[in-house]
Amino acid sequence: MTPALYNFILKTADDCFILGHRNSEWTGFGPFMEEDIAFASMAQDKIGHAWLLYKMLDENPAAAETLAFKRAEKDFKCCHFVEQPIGEYDFSLMRHFLFDHADQLRYEMLMNSSFEPLAHFAKKFKGELKYHTMHADTFILQLGNGNEESKARMQSALNFCLPLALGIFEAYEGEQEIIAQNIFAGEKVLQAKWVGKISPIIKDAGLKMPDINTLQAVNGGRHGFHSDYLQPLLKEMREVVDAFPDATEW
Amino acid sequence: MYGNGYTSPEETAKQKPDPLAGEDLQQLALFEERITHGEKIEPQDWMPKEYRRQLIRMIEQHAHSEVIGALPEGTWITRAPSFKRKLALIAKVQDEIGHAHLLYNAAETLGKSREAMINDLLSGKSKYSNVFNYPATTWADVTVIGFLIDGAAIVNQVINAKGSYGPYCRALERICYEESFHLKQGHDALVHLAVGTKTQRAMLQDALNRWYRPIIHFFGPSDKASVHGTLLMKWKVKMASNDDMRNQFLDQYVPKIRELGLDFPDPKLNKNAEGIWEFSDPNWDEFFATINGNGPCNAERLAVRRWAEEHGRWVRKALMNPSQKQVLPLS
Repeated sequence: MTPALYNFILKTADDCFILGHRNSEWTGFGPFMEEDIAFASMAQDKIGHAWLLYKMLDENPAAAETLAFKRAEKDFKCCHFVEQPIGEYDFSLMRHFLFDHADQLRYEMLMNSSFEPLAHFAKKFKGELKYHTMHADTFILQLGNGNEESKARMQSALNFCLPLALGIFEAYEGEQEIIAQNIFAGEKVLQAKWVGKISPIIKDAGLKMPDINTLQAVNGGRHGFHSDYLQPLLKEMREVVDAFPDATEW
Repeated sequence: MYGNGYTSPEETAKQKPDPLAGEDLQQLALFEERITHGEKIEPQDWMPKEYRRQLIRMIEQHAHSEVIGALPEGTWITRAPSFKRKLALIAKVQDEIGHAHLLYNAAETLGKSREAMINDLLSGKSKYSNVFNYPATTWADVTVIGFLIDGAAIVNQVINAKGSYGPYCRALERICYEESFHLKQGHDALVHLAVGTKTQRAMLQDALNRWYRPIIHFFGPSDKASVHGTLLMKWKVKMASNDDMRNQFLDQYVPKIRELGLDFPDPKLNKNAEGIWEFSDPNWDEFFATINGNGPCNAERLAVRRWAEEHGRWVRKALMNPSQKQVLPLS
């Protein structure tokens, strides 16, 4: 595997893993039980996707565990968007909406990837993400068109999330090689499709789409520069593993 | 996960001397005959007021136990030590919330709304199982809960699934099916600690020591002499005595723990010649204190639930008058 391909799969997996971890924090805390269950389901899918992608990087089954539970923070390649704490439901819902549309489009594009294992899993992942975006759209439309408070909250969440969401499409080392080898058409192509997909839904939700061109993307993640939230997240995730350094099986 | 329909002393004091006063005796006789013949009672059927009241209380307590029961294990989702454990734990806790959902729906068929039940939980009026008021302080606690508390809950729920109220029995059947998977994942995780390093094994023994007494309390105090219990048993609301269920649980699970070379911290825990498990006095005062709101974690558990209720209120309010309905086919 070339370093470019490794890097591409790694950052895709890291986004899924960290967002799955964050979404799992809603289990038991949602605004109503149905949402606890929905966020828990989506968290399992995301973590499951990450696991499969990590395994693609190294055939040794223990390697995925090492990547998740032992790797240094600076070696993670996730974007800042997924690192943010879950906050209130408005933020988590908007993040889920913005990220999952990008994720679904990414796997749609990857179905034609020249790297066969990615094309294979993209078909499976895309089928699952259909339900994630259906869930997100339902609630964005309901809450955007709900009452004065819910509309204001969703608009604020959108304004807050967009610069962070643009970080999903940050260029990474080796991207030109990935494009040239027809592995993936590129982050800018994905971003344009994404804007085309989310804009009409945001309009139908009665929300105002900020002008993307005037926003400064929150970048850095793809190069190992992270927000202040990633290190504490990893520390918590590894609390058990770190306390028992000689244990090999759990 | 759930222990047993607990009746608080206040509840017993409220109990009318004749809970059947004013009932239509002809209807009552028909109702009892149907139950004797093993028929299920459905929401639209005639039922005595006391039957309805007791079932609401019991199903509601069960639902609250599931929703609160998600919290001690839920705190370990972010710290589960491998992909496999992390995914299994999210799925498991998700199931517990799903069980609460099923049970609130079953209780609603008897006329009390989900909102009213949740309000009674948050105000402290309704009870829930004692075990969820203890902290899950290490990863081993998650495995002990998954194996032994879920195991105890299955004993209780398999028995109660043979009861008389249709919606509750159907909910319990599905719950038991899912709980049997919880038990397997709990057992698998527990065995991995038992055969792991010395420190993993020590962590597990420590968790067993701490959970022993709450587990003995789980099925509730001895109720064989209770008159109240007799009527509920006749109506198949309660299907077995607390002692019988506790004995069945100990019979199934103590040998499984001892097989692993581990034990519970009670030298008197042994099966006598009649096949009855004996144990030291488990301090029922602690049980009563815990179930009535004064256990180690009661305040914290309810505070967390209140946080979720308060922070989700704006969402529920906005969804009350849906402007859009989801009618897309799911596949």
